[in-house]
Amino acid sequence: MKNKKKNGILTKVLFYGVLSFISIVMIVPFLWMINTSFKDSTKIFVFQFIPNPFKWENYLQVLESTPFHLFYFNSLYIAILVTVGTIFLGSLAGYAFAKLKFRGSSILFLCLLSTMMIPVEVITIPLFLFMRDLGLINTHVPLIAIPILGPAGVFGVFVMRQFFLLVPTELEEAAKLDGCSYFRIYWNIMLPLAKPAVATLTIFTFLTSWNEFYEPLIYINSKELMTLPLALALFTDEVGTKWELLMSASVMATVPLLIIFFFAQKQFIEGVAMTGGK
Amino acid sequence: MEVKIETAKRPPLKGAKKRKKFIGSEAFYGYLFVSPMVIGFLVIMLFPLIYSIYMSLTDWQLLGDPNFIGTENYQRLVNDPDFWVVLKNTIIFAAGLVPINIVLALLLALLLQKNLPGIGFFRTAIFIPVMTSIVVWSIIWKYMFGTEEGFINQVLATIGIDGPAWLYDPDLAMGAVIVVSALKNVGLNMVLFLAALQQVDKNLYEASYLDGANKRRQFWHVTLPMITPTVFLTLILTIIGSMKVFGQIYVMTNGGPGNHTKVLVYYIWENAFRLFDFGYASAIALVLFVIILVFTVIQWTGRKRWVFHEE
Repeated sequence: MKNKKKNGILTKVLFYGVLSFISIVMIVPFLWMINTSFKDSTKIFVFQFIPNPFKWENYLQVLESTPFHLFYFNSLYIAILVTVGTIFLGSLAGYAFAKLKFRGSSILFLCLLSTMMIPVEVITIPLFLFMRDLGLINTHVPLIAIPILGPAGVFGVFVMRQFFLLVPTELEEAAKLDGCSYFRIYWNIMLPLAKPAVATLTIFTFLTSWNEFYEPLIYINSKELMTLPLALALFTDEVGTKWELLMSASVMATVPLLIIFFFAQKQFIEGVAMTGGK
Repeated sequence: MEVKIETAKRPPLKGAKKRKKFIGSEAFYGYLFVSPMVIGFLVIMLFPLIYSIYMSLTDWQLLGDPNFIGTENYQRLVNDPDFWVVLKNTIIFAAGLVPINIVLALLLALLLQKNLPGIGFFRTAIFIPVMTSIVVWSIIWKYMFGTEEGFINQVLATIGIDGPAWLYDPDLAMGAVIVVSALKNVGLNMVLFLAALQQVDKNLYEASYLDGANKRRQFWHVTLPMITPTVFLTLILTIIGSMKVFGQIYVMTNGGPGNHTKVLVYYIWENAFRLFDFGYASAIALVLFVIILVFTVIQWTGRKRWVFHEE
């Protein structure tokens, strides 16, 4: 009995030891980033718990030397459009695949699903040339249209279809008897019912778009059109080892969103568990 | 597209149901509602894929007309020493990342499964990097690994160790990138495992406990078999993801030192968008496609077997 209790304490020590270690590894980089962002450039090589002098001017310097507000705006509005488009087209197609009977629906769905295995990196070269022929290089169109109609959209269709399959048909039948059109059934009945799935998909799509790096890197050349990840990656080359500026920029790019997602975390984790489990 | 939406909004004609016309029928709306995504599939996925096969058979450059050159790009690929280095690096990356990621995620999920105080904090801490952009995460870690200014070497200096130039050492750079990548996404796999663990029937634990199984035997004979479908899926998804690694390489090492961390997608990007050798880049991209296709097929066939076992 005594042995067992001792074992329990040992387990707990091990438990908290391992978890604390991993958590520290995860969090220290962020603290280090915030710490450095307030450091004086001459103190980069010195370890200071609270930077002295405390240079919040680093942030001003970043804001003055780069159009940071534009990067923010670009990232934000692209992510919003991609999310809205994905939710709308994904749920519309997901509803049709789950509830409407039409010839070839399962084959079409399988075709869509099979594209999940096509890596974006493979189709980017021809897509780049099409976009060039259409004169859409160095515009935001590819960054918005490709995810909605491509991989992100397909994922949306999949998630929404799985959800709508679980909705009982009776509701629909009643609405049909009342003379509702299919679009009204979708818009007024199905979509409001799908709030949990829509919430998950919103967070997922928004985050993916917000963090996307490969496509902006390929399609965008002008500074004022860049998104945050692209701007930060190129800023790294630009300022080289001016770490305090790079860290100020990184703090501005991450912290506001991290705070928002801190509150949406539960939904996000549940969403990952729901959709990832398939 | 917008025009279609407009027509969809219009209420159906009275008596349309009886007339059995196609327009306004259930099938009509079915096709209408899926059409944007199906057109997207054709234009954005299928056509480019077929087109890139054609491109890989040409000497397509940025300027000038492409000429059909047959399998020349593929012959060049086989004889390109850089390609084999890149392929080897990608495999090393995957071979390092996948076991670390899966084992760590499983361990963390098993620990966080218990409802002990502080769980919420740990879960958030491990999940934060998942929500951070790979660019920012890599920038911070590039700095952490900095030779003189980096956190790691500063900590090492306090105990009198002269830290190495992590990202500039051919033997260490890939290891550093692997660790950074594993930490970035371990939270995602952990959440998937947690969800699977919660679905394991509690009665099984009780039954095995009554049969005299200890914790370790319970893990190997109850927990693990019950969550194999998830472990399998996660494993394949992580392998596929590691084949497509790009952002962290671009930010942290630019493929260097030398060629030591140059991976497939980086090589594709370099050939296509730095050297504008679209034909050759397409050939490399198709190699990546085939690799991923193989793993996807393994997943599909394997999954059927696991699901069958499950039921």
